[in-house]
Amino acid sequence: MEQSKGIKPTSILTPALRAIRMPLLAIVTALLAGALVMLSSGDNPLVAYWGLLRGAVGSFPALSQTIRKATPFILTGLSVAFAFKAGLFNIGASGQFLMGTIFSVAVGVNFAGLPAFIHMPLAVLAGILGGALWGAIAGWLKVWKGAHEVITTIMLNYIASLFAGWTVYAGGTAGQKPGPLSDPEAAARAISETRDVLESARIPQLLPQIFDRVHWGIILALLMALLIWWLLWKTTLGFEIRTVGQNLHAARYAGIRVGRTMVLSMAIAGGLAGLAGAVETLGLNYKFAPEFTGGVGFEGITIALLGQTHPLGVVLASFLMGGLYGGAAKMQFDSGVDKQIILVVQALVLAFVAAPEIIRFIYRLHKPTREELLQEATTAASWSEE
Amino acid sequence: MSAVNKKQNGQQTLTWLTRLTARWSWILIVVLFTIAVLVERTALGHTWLRLLFGKSALNFALRAAVPLTLGALSGVICERSGIINIGIEGMMLAGAFGAFVVKVKTGVLPLPISLFLATLTALLVGGAMAYIHALLSIRYKVNQIISGTVIITLASGLTTFFFNPDWNSKGKFGDIAIPLLSKIPVIGEVLFSKGLITYLALILVVALQVLLFHSQWGLRTRAIGEHPRAADTVGINVNRMRYYNTVVGGMLAGLAGAFLVLEAVGQFKEGMTAGRGFISLAAMIFGNWTPVGAFGAALLFGYSQALQNELLLAGVTSVPRHFISMLPYVVTIVAVTGFVGRTRPPAAEGQVYESE
Repeated sequence: MEQSKGIKPTSILTPALRAIRMPLLAIVTALLAGALVMLSSGDNPLVAYWGLLRGAVGSFPALSQTIRKATPFILTGLSVAFAFKAGLFNIGASGQFLMGTIFSVAVGVNFAGLPAFIHMPLAVLAGILGGALWGAIAGWLKVWKGAHEVITTIMLNYIASLFAGWTVYAGGTAGQKPGPLSDPEAAARAISETRDVLESARIPQLLPQIFDRVHWGIILALLMALLIWWLLWKTTLGFEIRTVGQNLHAARYAGIRVGRTMVLSMAIAGGLAGLAGAVETLGLNYKFAPEFTGGVGFEGITIALLGQTHPLGVVLASFLMGGLYGGAAKMQFDSGVDKQIILVVQALVLAFVAAPEIIRFIYRLHKPTREELLQEATTAASWSEE
Repeated sequence: MSAVNKKQNGQQTLTWLTRLTARWSWILIVVLFTIAVLVERTALGHTWLRLLFGKSALNFALRAAVPLTLGALSGVICERSGIINIGIEGMMLAGAFGAFVVKVKTGVLPLPISLFLATLTALLVGGAMAYIHALLSIRYKVNQIISGTVIITLASGLTTFFFNPDWNSKGKFGDIAIPLLSKIPVIGEVLFSKGLITYLALILVVALQVLLFHSQWGLRTRAIGEHPRAADTVGINVNRMRYYNTVVGGMLAGLAGAFLVLEAVGQFKEGMTAGRGFISLAAMIFGNWTPVGAFGAALLFGYSQALQNELLLAGVTSVPRHFISMLPYVVTIVAVTGFVGRTRPPAAEGQVYESE
């Protein structure tokens, strides 16, 4: 597509700049709008944003916080972005994240005595498997019965959350048995949570002398971004996935097994979100309690779109969102502005990246070229498939 | 390709299913109340039956069903016109917050006036959120799922940002006993001595069912949701009508929020809708995009919550509550996959319409 006629040869930088311009403008505009909201409640946005910046990158602990937040964001963002490439809308990242968490915890608290080089990878793989299964269910229901993945993944999110809640359930007064993963000691105090993941299953810390509780999960996430890029653009499977995403009929006509590709795509997307859950548990929390839902589902959508559904873009967007979320606490502490303003900014970022026309209108930008329009087009999302 | 054939089959299943869900929910209601009367008034009232069909279970079920019903009606109105609405949760939350703020700020006024203003605000705020959704989906052609996500995130962010835990609202909609009808055993207590918004919700179910299938507005709404081009050809302004329906739908979701604050709880809590918008979405789908069907589904889901509550209170079950809570989500998946009587969404849903 890039080589189509009518585009003058320009420097290498220009396409990169062009790709990054709309997301950047979207963020700036969302932050400005957030400032207006703060002004309307009598807060000083300058103080707030200065606190946010310092909380995000102002010190090593702050930077560590940003990296810690960015780690699951990269993986869930990749999950949503990858599904987009296959023409699927994965709104179920939070459910897949939870299943990944539960599966990896189940391996992590058991199998005492396994050496770390087996136990830890096994727990990580279990997380990927849990998420992949949960994603594949949605893909399979779509292919087999034509059930739209948005509906099924929303429902699967809630089922996963209830299921995860049950596995750590402390038990009830009326003889309800505790869940299979609940910690008996905590359950005795009516607290629903799992035991701590065994030392041998934990993901080791990365440069603990410099960073605060940053673990190798970030490296794993970055490698995954690379792997997904390679899979999508350098393999036959990736070509098939993108073809299915762009034109279902053409893909079918070309002899691509569309059903298989879709189920596989949802499984991979689910596996990425499941990995996010595994990494978050094995590297940071070391246990699961129902309040650790993390709310990663919608962040994933924002990050995928902000990153223009490209793995590199997703990584950049994740660090940005990680900074927003990481710095929010410091902002609240410094300026007294409620950190929930971040959610408002996130919603606006999503609105602006999804509706570039608004940005163009605000900044009086030129009409988009055909190529840009193609790039901006996300998957159609009708409930009904023809 | 047997697409035509398939479509016809689908249509037949649809009419069959619509009738079935409609009839089903009425049968369910009648059976429930008959048993309830028997349980309360005769020697049949053993613990189990009393738990399952007692007044308290039915009361709880209806109370849980009202916001779900209103949310589902909101979805029906939007989606029948071709606009997917997964943002019900956000519209509900924003409506609840709006109602709460006005209720607190007008606390000095007489209670009925304050309640009226608060309800009105909930409608307006819900409608405003829906207008943003419509603007993004229609004017800016944003994918409607994304636009719905924006609404949910925005509502959750704005309401927690502006929420002040010191605010305290006093007074809520009281129960109004309808003369004569409220004297009927059990039924009177459960159905005819309720708050204003509950009555309003019940009336809306019937009214919208009639309007959707027997009025010009309903015919046009269904037309632009099924085949906008054809509707355009006969002179219907597709996009204007979609704006209109989405905003009205948002108002209904706002009313659901008002119910939570002004009739059920009396206060606002952060994130108080707690997924009710999504259960509403499930109820709408399970009810096959019809008002009465959605009401039946909302009752079923409300009843399952009541059951869970009663069983827990009585301490007679060892089944963890999590599995009973899964019911709405599981049956919705069953409904959209068509394992049992498949539901079918409006054909043109989620598609941008541009006239030529």
